[in-house]
Amino acid sequence: MIENIPIPGIEDYDKGFWSHTSKSQLVVQSCSHCNKVRFPPRPMCPSCHCLEHKWEKVSGKGEVWSFVVPRPPLLPAFEEISPYAVGLISLEEHPFIRMVGRLKIEEAQKNDDFELIKIGSKVEVAFEKLTKEICLPYWVIKENL
Amino acid sequence: MLKDKTAIVGIGQTEFAKRLEESELELACTAINKALEDAGIEANEVDALGSFTFEENDEFEVARNLGFGELHFWSQAPYGGGASCCAIGQVALSIASGISKVGVVWRARKRGDPKSRIWSHTEDKVFDHWKWSRPSGLVRPADESAMLMRRYMHQYGYTREHLSCVATTLRKYANKNSLAFMYKKELTKEDYMNARMISDPLCLYDNCLESDGAIAVVLVSTERAEKLDKKPALIHSFSQGMSSEHQLMTDYHGRDPLKSSSYVTSENLWRLADFKPKDVDVAQIYDAFSPMIPFSLEAYGFCGEGKALSFIGEGGIAKDGQIPVNTSGGSLSEVYLHGMNLVVEGVRQIRGDSSSQIQNAKVSLVTTCDATPNGAILFRGE
Repeated sequence: MIENIPIPGIEDYDKGFWSHTSKSQLVVQSCSHCNKVRFPPRPMCPSCHCLEHKWEKVSGKGEVWSFVVPRPPLLPAFEEISPYAVGLISLEEHPFIRMVGRLKIEEAQKNDDFELIKIGSKVEVAFEKLTKEICLPYWVIKENL
Repeated sequence: MLKDKTAIVGIGQTEFAKRLEESELELACTAINKALEDAGIEANEVDALGSFTFEENDEFEVARNLGFGELHFWSQAPYGGGASCCAIGQVALSIASGISKVGVVWRARKRGDPKSRIWSHTEDKVFDHWKWSRPSGLVRPADESAMLMRRYMHQYGYTREHLSCVATTLRKYANKNSLAFMYKKELTKEDYMNARMISDPLCLYDNCLESDGAIAVVLVSTERAEKLDKKPALIHSFSQGMSSEHQLMTDYHGRDPLKSSSYVTSENLWRLADFKPKDVDVAQIYDAFSPMIPFSLEAYGFCGEGKALSFIGEGGIAKDGQIPVNTSGGSLSEVYLHGMNLVVEGVRQIRGDSSSQIQNAKVSLVTTCDATPNGAILFRGE
């Protein structure tokens, strides 16, 4: 088993996502032709079949659609930090775009208190540098404290 | 047309255990041999094969070990737990259309060893769609399934106590099945509530077993089936289904993530059938994780949206319930073989020789994985 956290491999059609997260900016892919947003990123617009895309900046605010708390057995890197919470986050500007990310509670010492996490909790994006190229979005709970 | 044109006439399985000595090839060949014996058909008559893309045994290896003759059709169905009914349906189509005459579909798998867990082979860099979830610690299928269950519980006001009824009901069936892993091993609600969590809200008993074994079935035309000894399970209707914006296992990006691909399969399956959900006597529902049973009960029309966990709690899937489900114990308590055990149990119910036989069962549904592209078959007796 791998010792480290698995890293997203960068493809042509999603490199813009990762170049923005490296600058602490959350973006969603949108079509150059019809402007429709889509997630996860992919080469073709499912609405108009255009192969060109752009990156739309979003506020990084959202709410918890659901979440889980994984317990061992896990990959070693996750076993070390378990239990932890992973959420599915619905974006404020585009509620039907949902992203998976770690959920953390604002005050670090409370990170084990999963009772504070509720479906519907408001969250804000933050970024964790995994490698030179990859900053992974995670989500911080701002309320219920 | 496929309706009632083909039938499963032979079923075969190996022993199920945490660790078997035989190779996957030996297990596959043993199960197929038993299924052919059960059907009363010679190996050299087989001319069509169906298997899983996850299957390690090649068609030609299986064919030359069993002494098959000349083959005319083979296909593989993708997506693991979504594949069993699809592989069978495709072979049925080949027989109904006249390409082939005798088909075999099998699955052999050694998954008892924890080292064989697929998620544990996650690579340093993830290039497929799992790049959007695994780096955040949502790594295992149990985690992916738990995400939808928590939402469902929140939306409809359920707790772990409600969910416990899935595992305890299936265990009661397994307790009567001498071939099941959990034969005679009871599971109480208290055991469930005290079990260790795997991915909150799912605990140990919400997860399928890890097992070694193989299962095979034999298909022929209904015309041929009538000349054989065993009562045939006719393939009445079959469909595959993949929802719009589907994503394998982390199926979170459709308009409503609680509306899985099962809704697509279900709609087409009923369109093609002479029966409605109320006509079904017994169902085998894919259950790698317990949430898939309530989700599928709703998708296939056995209860209303958000009602499945109360339905199960009130005994709806028990032996004397409205629709008995996973009557051999299912993947949670009989064996985990990507759902092929559910297919053979669906056939046994039609034959009348299940360890939890539903009296006079004439219409029997088998489904595949709710979280993947999937398929389902509706069997009927003669």
